[in-house]
Amino acid sequence: MKKTKQIKKVDISIQNISKIEGHADLGVKVRNGEVKEVKLKFTENKRFFTKAIEGCSIDTLPQSVSRICGTCSIAHILCCIKAIEHALDITPSPQTQLLRKLTIYGLMIRDHALHVYLFSLPDIFNKASVLDFTGDELHFLKDAFDIKRVGNKLSTLVAGRAVHAPYPLVGGYASIPDDKELKSLIPELKSIRDKLFSVLDVYYKAKIDYTRKTNFVALVGDEFNFLEGDIKDTADLNISEKKYDSYLTKTVIPYSQAVGYKFQGDTYMVGALSRLNLNKNAMHKNTLRSMKKYLEIFPSDNIFHNILAQAIEIVHAIDHSIEIIENNSFVPEEPIHFQYKEGEGIGVIEAPRGILFYRLSLDKNGVVKNGNIVTPTQQNQINMELDIKEMVQKNLKSLSKEQIQYEIEKLIRAYDPCISCSTHFLKVNWI
Amino acid sequence: MAKLKIGWFSFSCCEDSTIIFTELLNDHFEEWSKLIDFQHVRVLKGKNKLEGLDVAFVEGAIANAEDAKKLKDIRKNCKKLVAIGSCAINGMPSAQRNQFDPKRKKEIEFLIKKFHLAKKVRNLEQVIKVDEKVPGCPMNESVFLSVVEKCLKEFKVI
Repeated sequence: MKKTKQIKKVDISIQNISKIEGHADLGVKVRNGEVKEVKLKFTENKRFFTKAIEGCSIDTLPQSVSRICGTCSIAHILCCIKAIEHALDITPSPQTQLLRKLTIYGLMIRDHALHVYLFSLPDIFNKASVLDFTGDELHFLKDAFDIKRVGNKLSTLVAGRAVHAPYPLVGGYASIPDDKELKSLIPELKSIRDKLFSVLDVYYKAKIDYTRKTNFVALVGDEFNFLEGDIKDTADLNISEKKYDSYLTKTVIPYSQAVGYKFQGDTYMVGALSRLNLNKNAMHKNTLRSMKKYLEIFPSDNIFHNILAQAIEIVHAIDHSIEIIENNSFVPEEPIHFQYKEGEGIGVIEAPRGILFYRLSLDKNGVVKNGNIVTPTQQNQINMELDIKEMVQKNLKSLSKEQIQYEIEKLIRAYDPCISCSTHFLKVNWI
Repeated sequence: MAKLKIGWFSFSCCEDSTIIFTELLNDHFEEWSKLIDFQHVRVLKGKNKLEGLDVAFVEGAIANAEDAKKLKDIRKNCKKLVAIGSCAINGMPSAQRNQFDPKRKKEIEFLIKKFHLAKKVRNLEQVIKVDEKVPGCPMNESVFLSVVEKCLKEFKVI
């Protein structure tokens, strides 16, 4: 191998990183062979959602916050509903709980497939885009569209639409899916399950290594359903979701339009890799059986395995959806009638990219007094910078500036960042 | 036959229509790949080219001077510009801060200054000329498909 001269001094600047959700720039400064500075800058302009929801009625709130993020809108809707239901002491019916699981599974299938195939797979084949795929690679493109289509269909049937879903409500669903139509989806779910093995193998065999020790944090439950559980971390901490934000420290990142977070004073990672590292054994029994080889990789400190974890989660979402649809008959059911009352509610769920947190304070007329929303990518921002710093330092001797730049982009994409989500935020005491 | 050279751009918004666009590819990619050159689509590609576009599809509202400049640049480099979705067409909900009461406006003032945001969020038409609109939040899929077909005919691709 040709030896590359060690880089002593370099400035790397990446404008508008591609194949991620939203807008971000990155700057790296190397002096005397040391990485002095890594600035990951979320350039998406603030839309002040946390301020805008003040004075908003809970009747329209889930649809408003849905507009924080196009790709994970369903996660915002479900998390907001959970916080409202906690504030009003509403316990959703067993059927509603099942429909919510199907709703989040539809999201996971579609959203993870977008990242696993369209955003990240070109990095494995050293291509700039899936549009450049040729020969044997082309079947991945077809698989991606087939898998996303079924995820979209599941969301549409259960929640009304894959983006800004209209059916999920506080206390129930505006419309209950037709049971026959839902059952007719089972063969399609089974067929996309088979397609996933080839992409799983690609990520399993990939020799891309961005290992760095960090703390992984996730909402962990007996059933791997993204909606219920307690907060756990690598050090076996176990806390109620209601206490989650008391463990967080808001960290101002002066050059970024998003605020970062630390957990117990340290940087951490949320997302599919955290969920697999902390709770893989709770996955569906069929997933555990057929994913054995891939699951052995976890726990892993290699952030690139986040993508493998997402692909495994698609299989789990399919397996559990099939079980729910096969074993239940969905019947018409009115949403629970409820009374407004003053109070505070906390909702925590696992969005595709990790823990999503809502704290809502409501007045006696069901109007939001104030709220706080913490999104996954905000929580990962500082960890991403530290990963980039270490990876660049490690490669200064062996890679060229262009190669390092490409590695940085791959590393950022492995996190599947969602910048739209991150810059919704405003906290008045932020200086 | 030359393909239709398109660009897909997003400004301040939740990128819901970008997601709808990637979902429409599920069923239309095979057909479109024969007719359309995805010349500037950041969500799908690492190497993008702005110059010489036939049609630019633009999602989102304009929240600062830098974005207004970028939008004008896109306008200069395309023959036809299509505003995609509610934020691009009427600014909302990205323009929600325009309607904040004085108290809330004051509370966000330091951030407006810090990040050099414009006093008011604008829709695309308040900055440049828009040729077509695809309304909806997210965009209406069937209107988008008919605009794509219209463009393909207009630029004599089909």
